[in-house]
Amino acid sequence: MAEKEVRLMKGNEVIAHAAVHCGCDGYFGYPITPQSEVMETLMELKPWETTGMVVLQAESEVSSINMVYGGAATGKKVMTSSSSPGVSLMSEGLSYLAAGQLPCLVVNCQRGGPGLGTIQPSQGDYFQACKGGGHGDYHLIVLAPASVQEMYDFVGLGFDLAFKYRTPAMLLADGAIGQMMEKVVFSEQKPRRTDEQVVEECGSWASCGKGKRKHKNVATSLFLQPDELEALNQKLQATYREIEAHEVRYEEYMCDDADYILVAFGSSARISLAAVDMAREQGIKLGLLRPITLYPFPYAPLKAMAERGVKGFISVELNAGQMVEDVRLAVEGKAPVKHFGAMGGMIFNPESVLEALKSNLIK
Amino acid sequence: MKETIIIAGFGGQGVLSMGKILAYSGVMQDFEVTWMPSYGPEMRGGTANVTVIISDKRISSPIADSYDTAIILNQQSMDKFQSKVKPGGVLIYDTNGITTPPTRTDIEIYTIDAATESARMGQAKMFNTMILGGYLKIKPVVEMEYVMQGLKKSLPERAWKFLPQNEAAINHGAQIIKKVR
Repeated sequence: MAEKEVRLMKGNEVIAHAAVHCGCDGYFGYPITPQSEVMETLMELKPWETTGMVVLQAESEVSSINMVYGGAATGKKVMTSSSSPGVSLMSEGLSYLAAGQLPCLVVNCQRGGPGLGTIQPSQGDYFQACKGGGHGDYHLIVLAPASVQEMYDFVGLGFDLAFKYRTPAMLLADGAIGQMMEKVVFSEQKPRRTDEQVVEECGSWASCGKGKRKHKNVATSLFLQPDELEALNQKLQATYREIEAHEVRYEEYMCDDADYILVAFGSSARISLAAVDMAREQGIKLGLLRPITLYPFPYAPLKAMAERGVKGFISVELNAGQMVEDVRLAVEGKAPVKHFGAMGGMIFNPESVLEALKSNLIK
Repeated sequence: MKETIIIAGFGGQGVLSMGKILAYSGVMQDFEVTWMPSYGPEMRGGTANVTVIISDKRISSPIADSYDTAIILNQQSMDKFQSKVKPGGVLIYDTNGITTPPTRTDIEIYTIDAATESARMGQAKMFNTMILGGYLKIKPVVEMEYVMQGLKKSLPERAWKFLPQNEAAINHGAQIIKKVR
């Protein structure tokens, strides 16, 4: 493979390439627009003939996520991908994976909802991804790619974080990022871990063969004794505090002298970037904070901006206002926080973002 | 330099692949590019369109509301996108399938009879590259050397035997495009 070759590819296609390149052991999925190219590309790549990676079309999303549970329980690097309604079907499995402390990667290429909704892009699953989705006290590490290159890069990053903290990670994309083509540069092919390496890395918890160990490793999410479940929850919460302390990622654009700040992720961050440039041409000091991790959310930099005197924030989202709640928590009432968005798969343009700023905040 | 183009027509006319060839050509010349298709209901029979942006700087929004150039291949797309061409911009259309010609007077308008011409030459599949050739004659945003590289890159290897015909179609398109006003 020519390492530095620049290719032109769809976001969904590069997810498949990235999975193979980062040494993924198994993909289990079920087709749904607008993410079907992920499995289509994997089937074309036939990684079972090269790296030995398994690619399997399950009979439903419920099966996919439970196959992921099975693979993850053995310490393997496994993943699935879907779009909003399919991820709803996976929510039970995600809660089980979190409770079982099982690392895996789930890609959600969001479409408009609720219900079957539309196949056009949306960011309506922010709450589902960041605030639960499944039942119980758990979090997923949520990464929000805003370019095709990030779609590629975040597959490897998602797996790394998932294994580091033994928790499921989600790549929260949307139909626009999944369907568009941009330049992408691939990383080197990493070999899949050998069985010995899996035992070495994950042998303390994974069901990868008892060997000389005295006890069996069992992946479970059932703890009938309240004190045992309490202990698991304490452990999970301690992990979440670690993640919150060390894994917050975000990008700032023109924020240093900004009077106003847009907060946006994924495709709406791309649109917001153009709005910032337009505002600057008009002499309006506007900046963009783009959360890269939605969980853990970048509360601290937003709070610092409010404390240094930013006059107002707009959370720009392809939904009815979900992330805006976290922006408000961050800002703690020190400045006005508004939401601007569109639902139903509609996409706004940079002009309308700027218009929302002018009509809502600039008096 | 930043060129925002919409190519719009029926599914099956090669709209998306024309956009891909153009975008890949931009990649070969080291430009930044985005290719954003309409997907979904449209591609399941009906109109299809793609927005391609080629720029020498980082591209912020891949989604556009107004275009430097519109390449229009059916009446529905004419009705939808004529008004979205920026003043002073370019509108190129194939007369085949257009019942109501464009009425704007503040943009440059060109026609290219690629459907008729490619059928006459017995190479109906070269329709889209012929139009691409016409466009590049009017807006040489990418050098021809890189267009040929982009063409090869965007085609699967099994289709490389058609490269000479595609190249010929690009050159022919450059000759048959006509300015209306």
